[in-house]
Amino acid sequence: MTATAAPPQAVAPAEPPVHKASLRKRLVPYWLLLPGILWLLVFFVLPMLYQASTSVQTGSLEEGFKVTWHFQTYWDALTEYYPQFLRSLLYAATATVLCLLLGYPLAYLIAFKAGRWRNLLLVLVIAPFFTSFLIRTLAWKTILADGGPVVDVLNTLHVLDVTSWLGMTEGERVLATPLAVVCGLTYNFLPFMILPLYTSLERIDTRLHEAAGDLYARPSTTFRKVTFPLSMPGVVSGTLLTFIPASGDYVNAELLGSTDTRMIGNVIQSQYLRILDYPTAAALSFILMAIVLIMVTVYIRRAGTEDLV
Amino acid sequence: MRWLRRNLVVIAGLGTLAYMILPNLVVTVFSFNNPTGRFNYAWQEFSLDAWKDPCGVADMCGSLALSLQLALWATIGATVLGTAIAFALVRYRFRARGAVNSLIFLPMAMPEIVMAASLLALFLNMGIQLGFWTILIAHVMFCLSFVVAAVKARVLSMDPRLEEAARDLYAGPVQTFVRVTLPIAAPGIAAGALLSFALSFDDFIITNFNSGNTVTFPMFVWGSAQRGTPVQINVIGTAMFVIAVLVVLAGQMVGNRRKNAQPK
Repeated sequence: MTATAAPPQAVAPAEPPVHKASLRKRLVPYWLLLPGILWLLVFFVLPMLYQASTSVQTGSLEEGFKVTWHFQTYWDALTEYYPQFLRSLLYAATATVLCLLLGYPLAYLIAFKAGRWRNLLLVLVIAPFFTSFLIRTLAWKTILADGGPVVDVLNTLHVLDVTSWLGMTEGERVLATPLAVVCGLTYNFLPFMILPLYTSLERIDTRLHEAAGDLYARPSTTFRKVTFPLSMPGVVSGTLLTFIPASGDYVNAELLGSTDTRMIGNVIQSQYLRILDYPTAAALSFILMAIVLIMVTVYIRRAGTEDLV
Repeated sequence: MRWLRRNLVVIAGLGTLAYMILPNLVVTVFSFNNPTGRFNYAWQEFSLDAWKDPCGVADMCGSLALSLQLALWATIGATVLGTAIAFALVRYRFRARGAVNSLIFLPMAMPEIVMAASLLALFLNMGIQLGFWTILIAHVMFCLSFVVAAVKARVLSMDPRLEEAARDLYAGPVQTFVRVTLPIAAPGIAAGALLSFALSFDDFIITNFNSGNTVTFPMFVWGSAQRGTPVQINVIGTAMFVIAVLVVLAGQMVGNRRKNAQPK
C-alpha cells in the first residue's frame, strides 16, 4: 500500500533522518491495522470465498466435490426451502416488533424515571447475560410447560383462542408452537434492543420535554413529536441488532419449537452437520446473507441514519 | 385510574423486566430440584444434592474449564488486535479507511450462522482438524469487531488536547501513550474485553459448526437438551449469575467510592 510512496524518499538523500522518521510515522497505522485486518481477511473474507466456491460445486462425500459452476443449486435450494426462509423472516420480524414494544417502556423507565434505581435496573437488564443463554432458553420449557400455570392462565383468559386463530398455537399448548419460538426469540434478543434504546434516550435533554409541555403539548404529543424522533438512532440499531441474529437463529426453533417451526438456520445447520450436503448448505447461507444485507441496507436508507458505525 | 395512566410506563417497563428475569429465577429454583426422570423440567422436591456435588456429571466441569480457557484467550487476542485497529482508525489518516471500516462492520451485520458455515467451508477445504484452535480462531474473529467498536467510541470522545499537553511537557510518544492515552482509553478497552469474554464464553452457533468433537460448556448444555438435563447445569447457571452480579455491584461500589474520594 505504501510501496508507491517509498521509492522517491529512498532516492532523496537531502535530509535522510527527517524522511526516515516521517516514513516510519506514516507506516504506523498500517502496522497497527495489519494483524487484525489480516485475521479478518483470512478468517472472514476468505471463508466467504470458499463458501462461494462450495455453493457451485457438485459431487458426493465419497467421490469428493468439484467446482462445476452448478448455479442450479441456488434455485433448487430456494424452491425447496422457501417456506423456511419466509418463516425465519416472519418470526424474526415479529420478535423484533415485540422487542421494540416491550423494550421501549423499560428503556424509557430507566432513562427518565428510575432516579437512583437507574444503575440497579441497568444491571438487571444485562444480568441475564451472565447465565448461558442455552440454560435460560431451556428454562422456557419449564415456564411454558403443558398444563403449567402460564398456559393455564392464558387458557382461562382465552388468549390461546386468539393465538390459535392467528395460527400461532395449537389447542391448549404453547410449547412446540410458533408462539413459543417467537417468545424465545423475543426473550433472547431483548437486551440488544433495550441497550441502544436506552443510550439514545439518555442523551435527550429533558428540558426539551419541559419546553414541549410549556408549549401545551400533551404527554402523548410530546412523545410522538419529541422523544420518539430523537430516539430513532436507538430504534434503528436496536431493531438491526435484534432482527439480524434472530433471522439466522436455530436454537429457539430447535429447543422450543417442533418440526413445523423449523427456521432456515435449522436447515443450514442440518445440511452442514448432519446431511453433509455442503453445496446446498453453502447456497442457503449465501441466500440468507443476501436477503439480510439487502433488507438491512434498504432499512437503513429509509430510516435515514447512515452514521451507525 | 389516573394513577394507572400516569404510571403506565413504569408498569409496562417493570413487566418487561419481569419477563427478562423470570427464566433466571426458574433456573435458580430448579437448581434445588430433585427430578425423577432424565430431564429437569418439572418440579419434584427440594434437594441440595446438585449443589453438594456440582461436578458430579461426567464431562461437565471439563467443558466449563475449556470454555473459560477459550474465552480468556479469545478475549486477549481480540482485545489486542481490536484496540490496535481502533487507534489506527481514530488517530491516523490513511488509504482504504472506508474499506477497513466496512470490513469491521460486516461481521456484526451478518447472521452468525453465515460466518459459522463459511468458516467450516474454509476448514473443510483446507483439511484443518476441527477442535480447540479452530474455535479460538472463530471466537477472535467475531469478537474483534465488538472490541473495535467499543474502543473507537471511547477514543473518539477523548480530548486530543490532553495528548498535545503531554507532548508540550516533553513526554515522548511512548510516554504519552502509556501515561495519558492508555489510561483514558482503558474503560473502552475494558468494555470491549468484557464483551468479548461474554460473547466467547456463551457462543454456541459458531462453536457448534467449528468444534469437531471438542465440547465447550454451551455445547454440553445443547447436548444435554437432547440426552437429559442434569440439575448441575442449573447450579452452574445460578452460580455464574450470582458471581457476575456481585462482581458488577462491587465494581460500582469501588467506582462510587473513587468518585467520592476525589477532591471537590
